Amino acid sequence: MQITSPQFRQNATKALNDGQLQKALGNVQKGFIGKRALAVAALPEFEQLRDSGRAIKTHTLKHLDLYLEAYEAKVTASGGQVHWAETAQDAREIILGICKAAGARTVTKGKSMISEEVGVNAYLEEHGITPVETDLGEYIIQLRGETPSHIIAPAVHLNKEQVEQDFRRVHTHLAPERNLSEAQTLLTEARAVLRERFLAADVGITGANFLVAETGTSIIVTNEGNGDLTQILPRVHIVIASIEKITPTLEDVSQILRLLARSATGQDMSVYTTFSTGPRRADDPDGPDQYHVVLLDNGRTAMLGTEFEEMLRCIRCGACMNHCPVYHAVGGHAYGSVYPGPMGAVLTPSLWGVDKGGQLPNASTFCGRCESVCPMKIPLPKMMRHWREREFERHLNPPAQRWGLGAWAFLARRPKLYHALTGLVARLIGRIGAVRGGSLGWLPLAGGWTRHRDLPAPEGRTFLEMWADKQRKSA
Amino acid sequence: MSARDAILARVRRSLGVDGTEPDRRATAEARMHDAPIGLIPARGQLDPAGQRALFRAMAEKVSSSVVAVASGADVPAAIADYLRSKNLPPSFRRGDDPRLAAMPWDSQPNLEISTGISDGHDLVSVSHAVGAIAETGTLALQSGGDNPTTLNFLPDHHIVVVDAGAIVGDYETFWAGMRQRFGKGVMPRTVNFVTGPSRSGDIEQTILLGAHGPRALHIIMVG
Ligand code: SF4
Repeated sequence: MQITSPQFRQNATKALNDGQLQKALGNVQKGFIGKRALAVAALPEFEQLRDSGRAIKTHTLKHLDLYLEAYEAKVTASGGQVHWAETAQDAREIILGICKAAGARTVTKGKSMISEEVGVNAYLEEHGITPVETDLGEYIIQLRGETPSHIIAPAVHLNKEQVEQDFRRVHTHLAPERNLSEAQTLLTEARAVLRERFLAADVGITGANFLVAETGTSIIVTNEGNGDLTQILPRVHIVIASIEKITPTLEDVSQILRLLARSATGQDMSVYTTFSTGPRRADDPDGPDQYHVVLLDNGRTAMLGTEFEEMLRCIRCGACMNHCPVYHAVGGHAYGSVYPGPMGAVLTPSLWGVDKGGQLPNASTFCGRCESVCPMKIPLPKMMRHWREREFERHLNPPAQRWGLGAWAFLARRPKLYHALTGLVARLIGRIGAVRGGSLGWLPLAGGWTRHRDLPAPEGRTFLEMWADKQRKSA
Repeated sequence: MSARDAILARVRRSLGVDGTEPDRRATAEARMHDAPIGLIPARGQLDPAGQRALFRAMAEKVSSSVVAVASGADVPAAIADYLRSKNLPPSFRRGDDPRLAAMPWDSQPNLEISTGISDGHDLVSVSHAVGAIAETGTLALQSGGDNPTTLNFLPDHHIVVVDAGAIVGDYETFWAGMRQRFGKGVMPRTVNFVTGPSRSGDIEQTILLGAHGPRALHIIMVG
């Protein structure tokens, strides 16, 4: 996709003024937070399991080369094929090549963030192959020509009336007078429409939540069953996964499975956890004839051994964005990246470069909720601060913002002065507000950004320190 | 250099290793070989009767329906009961599972039974699970001619027969049994863990049953 993270401020402003979006975003807090809390409370060992999960991933990353080799050998031994892709373009070409060799006209797809990262759909379309997203949320946004706004709930930015309009616009073979006012009727319609697509597809593409080195198995975790229909009905199954999805054993996977659904949707276990190893066997009556795995690097090896290595523990549960006040306020699209929320703020500059994603680590109040709920205990605020420092050093912040934040940090470390001045400023603002008829377009030192956002408590290395450092260096 | 070698070389450069270090290799190989068990929640660590009760409670919590019967001979009647209670026609599809085949279907002369894979137009299927996991009310099914995978996903109603004796407390115990049957590091093509009927929360975060997979999951515990 086109990364528009540098326009985060404009995107955010638009999002804050979008009534439909604001209504839909209410569902994030309503839906996810309470359910996760209940599921976690019901499992006394949850905290210990977080430590266990973190230890498994840390161990795996330290031996990543060896587990990748072992995994590849096992896939090959079970009759599958592993393809290595250094870049997104490599992955697109490999997938297109497999689809062409299979003479594919339509390709069904299970939900895969890696497929979004790589841009599989647009590439297949350019080459005359029709990709059909089959996860309900992905299907809806594909109809709308949008990208996911959440890594596990891609259409969370929409209300059901919007979905109804899209179904009426696209499903023109169905009676126009049908009733689509309930979510249930929308679901039933999508099920019927997609059932035919599943049965007609030549190739199925899924992601993977885990790749098991011990057995050469790929694992998908879903609730709808679309991922399974995607991979068992067509002749060819392609798995696309990034290299850090490797996990040593089925026991290690079992530990992390206990964290995944609870953190993501508040379920004890998702409905379908499917372990796939190779193509159909001699005595199997169903399943794909070919099984391909595309292993993607696309910037991950450059994160290993750096302060961003810990991000590679991420299991894409979405808890960090579900608990993020910035995400609650602006939704996922404002981030302008495949990956929104706190994990996206760290991953986007890592994978697309600081010039494309460097704005995102500023989209944080540093409240720390993301880290406190992250099942893999990834220190997201710390890594966002690393990126902020890097971006600052690269002079990518507009000068006014640099000065403003430097000055704010200076004041923030002097509470008396800060309070005296903010008191003064508040009075000043009151007067400006009165003059402008009550609406505030800006605040001194902080621009329009403060309008929908609390000022964070200062943490770690302040901008003034960095600023002073920079002055020293350039002097 | 191939993409494979380039990626592995970059991993090694970032980790500061060359991939031949004997202690690293030994550590990774031992982990795959020994498959050490991590932390197992106390929840499933019960006696067999406790595990069966937990399995049932957890399965019902995720909207599966569960009945217990004394032996395989009672399964045909239990299936007929279920179909009647749901106003479904008395027919279903199953695979070649010998345990299912051995059941006294003559006792239900109205039942129309077809076998083989599903083409997407079956209303009801019957499978035999290889096991079940109490801690989350999860069924484990295995691909093959006995229980084709399409039967797990395409029909509207999925009826799964499971031996009560095959219910274990946790995932790890299930994997240990799997290794005994298949050997170390070997898996059937597909293992499906199924925890309730298919669902989606993609429209306004409201959970609705019956997304792309079965709308209903009915479990018959035998023994
Ligand atoms: S960073 Fe943590 S909380 Fe966020 S998606 Fe990844 S694993 Fe989940």
